Amino acid sequence: MNARVKFLIGGAVILGGAGLLMANAIKQTGEYYLTPQELETKVTADPSFAGTGVKVGARVVTGSIVRAPSGREVSFRVTDGAQTIPVVYRGIAPDTFTDGVDVVVEGRLAADGTFHATTLLAKCASRYENAPEKYRATPGYKEAAKT
Amino acid sequence: VILVGELSLWVALLVAAWATITSFAGGALRRTDLVASGERAIYATWAFVVLASAGLWTALITHDFSLRYVASFTSANLPFVYTLTAFWAGQAGSMLFWCLILSTYTAIAVFTNRHQNRVLMPYVAGTLGAITLFFLATMCFGQSPFERLDWIPADGRGLNPQLQNPGMAIHPPNLYLGYVATAVPFAFAIAALITRRLDGEWLAAVRRWSLVSWFFLTVGITLGMWWAYVELGWGGYWAWDPVENASLLPWLTGTAFLHSIMIQEKRGMLRKWNVTLVVTTFLLAILGTFITRSGVISSVHSFAQSPVGNWFAALLGICVAVTAYLVATRLKDLEANAELESMVSREAAFLYNNLLLVGIAFSVLWGTLFPILSEAVRGSKITVGPPFFNAVNVPLGLLLLGLTGVGPLIAWRRASVANLQRQFAVPVFGGVATLALLLASGMRQPSAVAAYALAGFVATTILQEFYKGIGARRRMHGESIPIAFVRLVARNRRRYGGYIVHAGVVILFCAFAGLAFKRENDVTLKAGESFQTTDPYGHQWRFVSEGLSVDTKLNRRIIAIGLKPTRDGKPMPLIESEKRQYFDSQNQDTFEPATVVGIQEGLRQDVYVVLAGVVNDDTAEVRITFNPLVWWVWYGGMIMAIGGLIVMWPQAGRRKESGYAAVMETAGVR
Repeated sequence: MNARVKFLIGGAVILGGAGLLMANAIKQTGEYYLTPQELETKVTADPSFAGTGVKVGARVVTGSIVRAPSGREVSFRVTDGAQTIPVVYRGIAPDTFTDGVDVVVEGRLAADGTFHATTLLAKCASRYENAPEKYRATPGYKEAAKT
Repeated sequence: VILVGELSLWVALLVAAWATITSFAGGALRRTDLVASGERAIYATWAFVVLASAGLWTALITHDFSLRYVASFTSANLPFVYTLTAFWAGQAGSMLFWCLILSTYTAIAVFTNRHQNRVLMPYVAGTLGAITLFFLATMCFGQSPFERLDWIPADGRGLNPQLQNPGMAIHPPNLYLGYVATAVPFAFAIAALITRRLDGEWLAAVRRWSLVSWFFLTVGITLGMWWAYVELGWGGYWAWDPVENASLLPWLTGTAFLHSIMIQEKRGMLRKWNVTLVVTTFLLAILGTFITRSGVISSVHSFAQSPVGNWFAALLGICVAVTAYLVATRLKDLEANAELESMVSREAAFLYNNLLLVGIAFSVLWGTLFPILSEAVRGSKITVGPPFFNAVNVPLGLLLLGLTGVGPLIAWRRASVANLQRQFAVPVFGGVATLALLLASGMRQPSAVAAYALAGFVATTILQEFYKGIGARRRMHGESIPIAFVRLVARNRRRYGGYIVHAGVVILFCAFAGLAFKRENDVTLKAGESFQTTDPYGHQWRFVSEGLSVDTKLNRRIIAIGLKPTRDGKPMPLIESEKRQYFDSQNQDTFEPATVVGIQEGLRQDVYVVLAGVVNDDTAEVRITFNPLVWWVWYGGMIMAIGGLIVMWPQAGRRKESGYAAVMETAGVR
């Protein structure tokens, strides 16, 4: 057997192993990323889906945030416009978590329809890019002469 | 000046178009007058891009809030340094910054090659001109940094406080310098493919520019990790976020290329592979920009979505099509001059190194794009997180670490038993001894034990090489050890610079393995209350809360907590963590609150304290983390970068290349 063939066999073993690892890791740790509407559809179609760990991306309903006195638990509602679901998160909420931000919650839907989140990521559209429009209403701003 | 800047952008666009057309035409028709005109146009493009950049900087410094860009990213009370760095804080400015670097690189490449590589240069200039043209077009027809508002705000929104950090001031430019430098090897590859000259000269030019790119990416990624660690306050430095992965991908393929190019130099093998790697590295750099800019993949970094994404998709498509066509029509010229002779040889070690690096790159790319792929194929988005990346990359990374020790020592072509014994007896002993020591001390985490044992092996190979080299110099020249060390490295920069890079790799792996021993505690503390815990080394810690304090500074309100720690009863320095709310000159709150992490750095571990929240004005939610060996991540990265600098530093009066390159030279192929 010449070296080229041996090398190719070795390479195939490594790549095959990596491929298996990848497939396995996806099966074990891959999670659905859904909107509340899609989650609802899936659970209606298959009630056992409720226990599956999923990620839900949606917007926090303004005024719905209730922080427990301990500070360790926060409950709120998220919506995608079509469907709204209540969420309970145990843990420390990030700085960016406020009314109206887009969040990604990871966890599972309980039987009572509440989503129990184990992680909470808050994204803010204004985090790095900021529109100056909100200053339009502030006193002291002058309109530029329209040319 | 601002108006001049805006106009310069359009002039640059026209000049770059001229440069592209004349260069390609000059190359194809062999008209030296057209080539010369193209090169002058390249210099002119650079001048106009510099003018445009000067325009944007002037606007930022003079706080001209009538520009949307200035109003969006700066405010009147922003510190001066960050007014300057706001240049690349947003989309349009980043594009201009890309352009500035690219046109500068292009001008340097054209200038340094004015007397050499004359056959390649028209196509190099043409390709780079075309890429510059693309970036100018995204600004002229897409989103311009000079866009005006139809009203003038009295103040801007300000720069995100998380970006107001010295690391963030220098991290993006380094990454951009690295990303953009991949364009030059790409242009040389295209030129070499068109002219069918894939040896000697293009190798030298491509290697130098790849090193430049590798160096800046290494520095940029390391700074990025440091910034994430000290600024974001989640306790880690790498989250496998799409934006982070995007910066790692070209680094991985670039590293693979820097190894495989040695095989082409010495043996004339792997030509197709090398061309592919150069092109892939560039495409991944573009893909990286596309991912961070288009918003196709949701990332916590969450840059704004913008139409510029489509531009990049188009650019990627065009580049892939052009290269695929060129490679397919030139397969015959890319045949190897030699065959692999043995599995126990440096060639084989390097090939496996390449396979692993590209394998890692592929798995990272796959994991990053998986949400899109699964949605396209199965109709539902499936995401993979850190567990996926760790499961795949830990084993591959460990194999790669092992090869780091094998590659540099094993003989070319076919290693003899004597060669193996001479080179590997001591290092293998070093590895086994490390393993025994770890197991005896009670360490049981499999991947951490494997990492440290392999690190012991590789570290011994490096020490052995330096020991032999220094010993030889001492015998031959009677030099003292420090002088022998310096001269050894200075006279053989590629070899010993490479070893220094590898030493950095060993340190990095040791630091990564330290994560296995991380300990995290979430605590609720009132003033005077205390918390007791044990660190990974078995020391008893006690943290006493000094209570919360409130303060107001120039542009921020601060709530701070102080913790007085003791280790095994001995008092340690106070650790403070803050929550800051920034406000603008109108006293309006800007941005979400930001956290300032309290870190007590150490060689053995960091104590990392985050004030996560405040309840009822007197109770603090605190996260206290012991992060073993984190310090070494930054220094491992910096040692790698220094090694890279040594490798690429030009050597005056260097020895003639040996092996394949020398044969090519004497045969007059160059």
